Amino acid sequence: MWDYSDKVKDHFFNPKNAGAVEGANAIGEVGSISCGDALRLTLKVNEDSEVIEDAGFQTFGCGSAIASSSVLTEIIKGLTLDDALKVTNQDIAAELDGLPPEKMHCSVMGREALQAAVANYRGEEWKDDHEEGALVCKCFAIDAVMIEEMVWANKLRTVEDVTNFTKAGGGCAACHEDIEAILEKVMKERGETFDPSAAPIEKVEAKAEKKPLTNLQRIKKIEEVIMSFRPQLMADGGDVELVEVIGNTAYVNMTGACSGCQMSSMTIAGIQQRLMEVMAEFIKVVPASQMPTSELVNIKEVGHA
Amino acid sequence: MPDIYLDNNATTKVDSVVVDAMIPFFTEQFGNPSSIHRFADGVAKAIKKARSQVQELIGAEHDSEIIFTSCGTESDSTAILSAIKAQPNRKEIITTAVEHPAILNLVDNLEKEGYTIHRMPVDKCGRLNLDAYKNLLSDQVAIVSVMWANNETGTIFPVVEMAEMANAAGVMFHTDAVQAVGKIPMMLQDTKIDMLSISGHKLHAPKGIGVLYLRRGTRYRPLLRGGHQERGRRAGTENTASIVGLGKACELAIEHMEYENVQVKAMRDRLEQGIVEAIPHSFITGDLNNRLPNTTDIAFEYIEGEAILMLLNKAGIAASSGSACTSGSLEPSHVMRAMDIPYTAAHGTIRFSFSRYNSMSDVDEVLKVMPSIVATLRKLSPYWDSINNEPVADPEQAFQPSYA
Repeated sequence: MWDYSDKVKDHFFNPKNAGAVEGANAIGEVGSISCGDALRLTLKVNEDSEVIEDAGFQTFGCGSAIASSSVLTEIIKGLTLDDALKVTNQDIAAELDGLPPEKMHCSVMGREALQAAVANYRGEEWKDDHEEGALVCKCFAIDAVMIEEMVWANKLRTVEDVTNFTKAGGGCAACHEDIEAILEKVMKERGETFDPSAAPIEKVEAKAEKKPLTNLQRIKKIEEVIMSFRPQLMADGGDVELVEVIGNTAYVNMTGACSGCQMSSMTIAGIQQRLMEVMAEFIKVVPASQMPTSELVNIKEVGHA
Repeated sequence: MPDIYLDNNATTKVDSVVVDAMIPFFTEQFGNPSSIHRFADGVAKAIKKARSQVQELIGAEHDSEIIFTSCGTESDSTAILSAIKAQPNRKEIITTAVEHPAILNLVDNLEKEGYTIHRMPVDKCGRLNLDAYKNLLSDQVAIVSVMWANNETGTIFPVVEMAEMANAAGVMFHTDAVQAVGKIPMMLQDTKIDMLSISGHKLHAPKGIGVLYLRRGTRYRPLLRGGHQERGRRAGTENTASIVGLGKACELAIEHMEYENVQVKAMRDRLEQGIVEAIPHSFITGDLNNRLPNTTDIAFEYIEGEAILMLLNKAGIAASSGSACTSGSLEPSHVMRAMDIPYTAAHGTIRFSFSRYNSMSDVDEVLKVMPSIVATLRKLSPYWDSINNEPVADPEQAFQPSYA
């Protein structure tokens, strides 16, 4: 069976906070019965301090789904809602000393249940547009839907392209046949034919602009690229804005349906790829929530000086 | 802690008599059976004996109809690829929706190459519609491949009758019988079955040995070409020790056939009756009147199979599940889906498969722990009302999470 860590086993055999919390004022329900994973998270939130005073879970799912739910309730008890929202699925997996790649979606489900519960408390509508496909690359836990989306969005044509954009196929290479099948399918829909000997998409350097930009020009250009993604995102009920550029890192705000959904990391990867192509330099795109606060202070101080 | 193995449809323990029969062929009798010196003498004779032991178990007319392969999957692939190669003008294949992946993934691949695949559906009890089958048979069909018994539910298909129908329509018939051989009696010489797959490790022989039964006169194209082994129908130096082991295992299977169908069946029956009596919202899947004697597949509603297996494992009991999570896929077992078992039950199916090494005390042990395992997990389930100890009213409506 799976190579579960002792922590996963411990949370499975002795789950913490099982059952619904009485008098819960935040409820998040996520999952899909067809996939065999479904989770209801109930929270009791202090209305003055927004501190999560109690958390409980009810899970239909496998060992790691139950363990992820259990550890999530332990992590978030005592946190404010804002702090709880900073908990990522990687945090959940790390707290369990890791999960097998096929099981990472259990940690994603935990994080989504939390977001859904907070949205429920705040009277917002939480929408999740992430669709999960069959796992293709087991080395990096990349599923078929993700690969298909990237092949569409970036007009990928070769297995090497797919590896460059998604990491899929970059490990043991056993999934290259499946990746080729996805390429064949999508390219057929695009009216193209998959050619296994085709050259991969040109490297970033080839598109480099020659004239060095001023700081202002550079930021403007970055914003221009980011703005070009807005129509597409707004069509899906989301939006994106550039918040700050510090060094080679661009901090963006994803809002609406985009914030927090699984697709946001893909969207961010797409923006980053385009930025690197246009700017001909390495640029990292990071959600503004991860912006170091000390940097902001420094900037303000510089401003006053 | 007890050590109870109820996963014999996955694989079986090699009988110690089989191991003893094999050992000389690793050491003093190591010769290549194709050689002419004295090191090979005994080996060629031992293979001949093993061939006749397999022949007897399945009731083949000639021992030359037995081709040793490396596994059940190789036998399946050889059969289907041979049929399409030998009949290049026939572009259709008939099979069922509940076959083992050894067949389903192969025909999926052939579909990409332009073959038309008819995957016959099953009803809620896992049964085929033979009228619909009859209508599919035509001179366009290269081969019919239908499993003798299903690995998950144990449901037996009427392959003897279906082979007659195929034969009458001039269509080749193959059956993947890896779960059936050794558990139920068969007499292939009285049937129209053209090809049949056997896997050694399902009947107390080692892993890595299989058989393709090939009826004399059936048009055939080898998968592996090379040396003259197996009369040129499966090249490659013989896996002598395992062939000898499989022969011995077949002999033992004949000896135990009655025990399997009386005592082993009694253990299975007592387990499944005990479980469905003690645990509400549990039911047996498959065609209850037409199953292998050793297999039961029980759905526990509102909980998930892998979680059940982990708790069983902790109690020292080994079984298996049709749950998605044991395979790393998202959908529950294709067999459960084909039978239209609701998702709330399909994810919670557990297969217990017995062998002659089990005993009634194993059954008692499972019956002792099973109710509390199910209760523990139901307490965690959003579909279960822990206060009233029953499913929540209208479960699929009461809890409708958004897709993740």
